[in-house]
Amino acid sequence: MEQKITGSEALMLALKGEGVKTIFGYPGGSIMPVYDALYDYTRGEKKAFDHILVRHEQGATHAAEGFARVSGEVGVAIVTSGPGATNTLTGVADAMIDSTPIVVIAGQVPITALGTDAFQEVDLVGVAQPISKWSYQIRHAEDIAWAVSRAFFIARSGRPGPVVLDFTKNAQTELVAFKAEKVDFVRSYVPYPKLKMNHVQEAADLINQAERPLALVGQGVELGNAQDELIAFLEKADIPAGRTMLGLCALPSDHPLNVGMLGMHGNYAVNLKEQECDVLIAIGMRFSDRVTGSLKTYAKQAKVIHLDIDKSEMNKNVKVTVPVVGDCKESLPALTALIHKADHSAWRASFKPLDEKERTRVIEPAIHPTEGPLLMGEVVNAVAEQTKGDAVLVTDVGQNQLFATRYFKYPKRRSLCTSGGLGTMGYGMPAAIGATFGAPGRTVCCFMGDGGFQMCIEELGTIMEQQAPVKMILMNNNYLGNVRQWQDMFWNRRKSFTRMMNPCYELIAKGYGIPYEAVTDRKDLAAAVAKMLATAGPYILECAIREDDDVLPMTPPGKSVEEMQLETLPPAPPYKGGE
Amino acid sequence: MNKIPSSQIHSTPSLIGRAGGESLYTILVFSENLAGILNQVTAVFTRRQINIESLNVCASSTPGVHKYTITCYCTEEMVKVLKAQIEKRIDVLQARFYTDDEIFLQETSLLKISTPAAMENPEVCRIVRHHGARIVEVNPTYMAVEKTGTTEDILSLFNALNSLDVVHQFARSGRICITRGTREELDEYLEEREREKEKTLPPPSL
Repeated sequence: MEQKITGSEALMLALKGEGVKTIFGYPGGSIMPVYDALYDYTRGEKKAFDHILVRHEQGATHAAEGFARVSGEVGVAIVTSGPGATNTLTGVADAMIDSTPIVVIAGQVPITALGTDAFQEVDLVGVAQPISKWSYQIRHAEDIAWAVSRAFFIARSGRPGPVVLDFTKNAQTELVAFKAEKVDFVRSYVPYPKLKMNHVQEAADLINQAERPLALVGQGVELGNAQDELIAFLEKADIPAGRTMLGLCALPSDHPLNVGMLGMHGNYAVNLKEQECDVLIAIGMRFSDRVTGSLKTYAKQAKVIHLDIDKSEMNKNVKVTVPVVGDCKESLPALTALIHKADHSAWRASFKPLDEKERTRVIEPAIHPTEGPLLMGEVVNAVAEQTKGDAVLVTDVGQNQLFATRYFKYPKRRSLCTSGGLGTMGYGMPAAIGATFGAPGRTVCCFMGDGGFQMCIEELGTIMEQQAPVKMILMNNNYLGNVRQWQDMFWNRRKSFTRMMNPCYELIAKGYGIPYEAVTDRKDLAAAVAKMLATAGPYILECAIREDDDVLPMTPPGKSVEEMQLETLPPAPPYKGGE
Repeated sequence: MNKIPSSQIHSTPSLIGRAGGESLYTILVFSENLAGILNQVTAVFTRRQINIESLNVCASSTPGVHKYTITCYCTEEMVKVLKAQIEKRIDVLQARFYTDDEIFLQETSLLKISTPAAMENPEVCRIVRHHGARIVEVNPTYMAVEKTGTTEDILSLFNALNSLDVVHQFARSGRICITRGTREELDEYLEEREREKEKTLPPPSL
């Protein structure tokens, strides 16, 4: 007779079958059978997983995201029903908009109790549907093998994303003769659309005629492992390339064709040149409003070629001349084969005076200031210089994120975790924990503001318990700095609830037994960073930052990208909302 | 008896002119028969606060495949985005959109009419006959009238009867349609997917 196991143990075997080794989670009533099985599978002869106990379920999802981003594998979070499940929703939405593969497994009340307003019952599938790639309720133990395999297939294939499994308690305890399944085909889902060669040819024709081509490189290149293919493509036709914030690692910072970061706080030249190029080649990016500014005026002069694996991105925001739907690992080489060798050095040289303008007016004053309080730019620069491009950069959201992504260097792949689309404050600390497990050999530097640091501050407990070697750089300006900057620039300097009273972070660090140092003086910065990097395990470096430091350059919200400004202007008329 | 206020009945969609290049589109969606897909389909509209004018969901002629017939007003640009975002849902097989001249469409309706009022006023039965409607049941209290046709045909019957104060209840089905094209795109899609399944290749990037 076939031996039967519980649904919970079946889940363990199914996860093991998917290659899972690390689980971030938090137990509770409706997931107790799974945690009981996990007890056996995290020790002794059955050991298959490391389970990282987080301090809040939101932290579990961001940790899973950080893990996935740096490792390229699927991040896994296990939580209980009700509040445990709803606490994961921010992370699920974050993973959806940033195409991060995670699988969230939440407990659920038994099917007999569904719809009765049972204790800790919430319609998780219902609330997760619009913000997840797929969500499914496992109602019986015999569904487990299929549902788990399908979940991982959907999460990691095509354009990756989050999958939510709502695991009913009866299914966790039912007995089942487990038989592993391998889902690698879903007939309603085409993760790798077939490349249309006529479109590739049309795109190549446009590129071959182009005098001022500009490539916009997004995270899709990294998700498709097509960095080499990208470089071959760019180099053959000598095309300058800007990178989106999430695409910063898709092309090494020091590559000669890299012309910087796109977007509202990206680099000056590339933003202006988007309005001058004749052919725009978007590769694995989605024309976020933070990249395009006003769509009414965005790159209207250019023919647009859009390479993406997700056909619903075509014409979603920007009208496309030639859509090239497919995996860029396949479409880029196909395109490279059809384009002519070209020399666009004159066009590329036209970026230089603008770069120089930005360097002297924005970058130098930001990273090498000589007087006044510390600036975020110089702190980031100090860490970037001393880590020599080896570290993984994790950011929270806000000014810390914009300065960090601007001034860090990205010679290596999969070296950035940041919440780009959702802009989730509190993402940084848990994502950094995940990154230390996803890239165990690497230094993980996490830049946070005083706002975001406190938004998932409870994860200091996880860092303490795991001794997760997160180098936390707390850039404290006593403000919710990015909102404060907008208030100063567009809301008549009315600082409505952006000034924040801070606790003594030294005492907090002490409470968690985490080494701590504060820097207030510029002359101590380099040594403090060196000491942080030389200390094994976690570390908090608190930097006292100038309160009214602004991130520049900036394209004001709703404006055209060419209206990007290098300096903070006197207060503009009140911003009327909108974009 | 109180007349049903005409304002409560949505006027005939295709008779309303819309500003800003909006017109009426019929979107046909085919999905796997799993719980919760209707939610996912309608969420694409809800997110943009686009009103669904009518919605009909039923098993299709293909076993295991559900068919949704949705009408809404929007621009051509928008209907393309809606189609793409519906199709992006994992368990949706296919979404297509059509204008009225690309489909055969019908709607059905039922009217509950007071029998005594109809006996008193010969005009009632004349209107029913004139509109080609069918009386499906008669008893001393009421008669049930069925009318199938375009939205305009149905509303014309309703308005004529309602002006005589004889309508107790009125129900409309929402639009169903079949396409005029010669290709059966769903069948083609399913056949192609079956062929793909046989030669499941490893994805290019893995």
